[in-house]
Amino acid sequence: MSQPAAPAETGERRTEPVGLVLRAIGGLRQLIPVVIALALALRNEGSWLLAAIPLALMLFGASVFFTWLQWHRLTYRVGAEDIRVESGVLSRAARSVPYERIQDVSLEQGPLARLFGLVEVRFETGAGGKDELTLAYLKEAEGERLREVVRDRKDGVLVSSGRAGAEADEPGAEVLFAMGPRRLVTFGLFEFSLAVVAVVAGAVQQFDFLLPFDPWDFDEWQHRLAGPGAWLSGLGQTAQIVGGVIAAGSLLVLGFATGLVRTALRDWGFVLERTAKGFRRRRGLLTRTDVVMPAHRVQALAYGTGIVRRRFGWHGLKFVSLAQDAGAASHDVAPFAKWEELEPIARAAGFAAPTEDLDWHRASARYRVDSALMAGAIAGAIALAALIVLSATGGASPLLALIPLGIALPLAAWQWFLWRFERHTLDDSQVYARHGWLAPRTDVASRIKLQSVEIAQGPIARRRGYATLHLGLAGGKLAIAGIPLARAQELRAAILQSITTQDFSRIN
Amino acid sequence: MDENDALTPLHSSHVKAMRMATVLGAVPFVVGSLVLEIADILPTGVFIVPVLLAAAFIVIRVPLRRYMARGYAMGDDRLRVVRGLWFRSDTVVPFGRVQHIDVHQGPIERAYGLATLTLHTAGTHNASISLPGLADADARAMRETIRAQIRRDTM
Repeated sequence: MSQPAAPAETGERRTEPVGLVLRAIGGLRQLIPVVIALALALRNEGSWLLAAIPLALMLFGASVFFTWLQWHRLTYRVGAEDIRVESGVLSRAARSVPYERIQDVSLEQGPLARLFGLVEVRFETGAGGKDELTLAYLKEAEGERLREVVRDRKDGVLVSSGRAGAEADEPGAEVLFAMGPRRLVTFGLFEFSLAVVAVVAGAVQQFDFLLPFDPWDFDEWQHRLAGPGAWLSGLGQTAQIVGGVIAAGSLLVLGFATGLVRTALRDWGFVLERTAKGFRRRRGLLTRTDVVMPAHRVQALAYGTGIVRRRFGWHGLKFVSLAQDAGAASHDVAPFAKWEELEPIARAAGFAAPTEDLDWHRASARYRVDSALMAGAIAGAIALAALIVLSATGGASPLLALIPLGIALPLAAWQWFLWRFERHTLDDSQVYARHGWLAPRTDVASRIKLQSVEIAQGPIARRRGYATLHLGLAGGKLAIAGIPLARAQELRAAILQSITTQDFSRIN
Repeated sequence: MDENDALTPLHSSHVKAMRMATVLGAVPFVVGSLVLEIADILPTGVFIVPVLLAAAFIVIRVPLRRYMARGYAMGDDRLRVVRGLWFRSDTVVPFGRVQHIDVHQGPIERAYGLATLTLHTAGTHNASISLPGLADADARAMRETIRAQIRRDTM
């Protein structure tokens, strides 16, 4: 980072013209429904093809022309202090993004863009989603160059403000974490999902007019079973049981297959590297993404796991930062790893992993008792209402009212487990908080990077002397619920002590 | 600044301003109950009496209690804001984490010479912390103090 910043460029540039082809193809996709609608509307009009084809061509031509116009009117300039983009055909917009505000630069490549060697460059400022500045499409090399420029400028800023985010002594990139096909398959199995079933059901509902019968009509099914499908109902109980098992089995296979495919698409070739200037993550099978996040932008770590994968010792790690990652709030840096593999990643980000020998504290027992009583009271109220309704109408046995009461018991037990498993602590530089029981999540935040501290108490909490500590975290949420008031005040005093020693603009 | 620091109460006009806002909020209900009275559905006073009693309570009593529950403490490097009647909240914002500062005056506030000071932070929780019921001049003075503090820290 000692290298001087490159001289400012004055020239205005346009995005890559080849990108027009990609955009035209994208426009073509949008045209398809229009063309279909046209064909449907015109099909009774004699020689309708003669009219439809020129019309479709005209529409396509117009869309290509507007795409070209947009492309022609969009220019960007890499300046000394900011990146400027001017765009718009009728109304012009000029946007300037200063380098200091850019949280990270990500490169994204869809399947077609990869074919042409183009990338979409996105500058994350923390504005979120659609407000972020994107340039589509640039040549791969230009994308890389732009990223280097942003990084160098940012480092210049960092050096002048007296804080170096990264150790500059490593010239090459060090691979922190990578997932091979084997790991990906294991990961995919744990990502079991029946979402596709829901999608199919949704699609059937949406397009049921295309089916030759009404899939939601029970009588219709009975009729079909009575007719050509009669052999199915005549097969006898054993065969029906076998059929049920096969159905359940295929559902399982479908769930696992969905998990595998989704995981492979998203995380194929997952590589996380520690470069001289930050973390670089590449992943994706068809759409390849390449994200670089500066180490000093990491606000907190979030360790997560799942109910089942936890039994096999698998964990995930995310970085909490102001920038967004493909719509999610935090950056996945190691979605599926053994605990030992996460440790070096946390260390590279300047964090220490949570260990057992820290001075862990639990939530107040009163808080858990109150929560359990609350769950009991709600379940009791439901049971009472059910009892009254059932005995008044006589529709079903009033004993059914016992069901909500039965649910109250595990809810109370849940609180007991939460009391055992949820815990928090504080060390010299970090705050740790673990939430949940079956799929626990541990948040580790740097004390000096917190924004504000709030002690909140509801009416019950005030009488019973406990409080919830809300910590303001850039890009995430961190709260410690139900701790004794004195402990909350002690934590707040300690955290504020760390925050006030360092100004925000120095650490970001 | 520690926990036992005395909180500074808000400007006494804050009660009046809150009462004014509550009165304006209660007007539709009073009008509605008057209409129901005139429609003569039930014996006289069934609607208007409870509505007026409730309105009197929330106009006279509630703003006073809310005022008593609120307060702030301006430290050398942090602002503490306490509020809430049932759900108490006690927030501390260090000046070094303030992104920008707003001083806002609504029409009612302006009539009483009050202003609301809002501090914005980068945090997702408590992204903005408002402190209503300050005398306008005080709010502006606090803004200047906090801004000077931010500038000195970042230089």
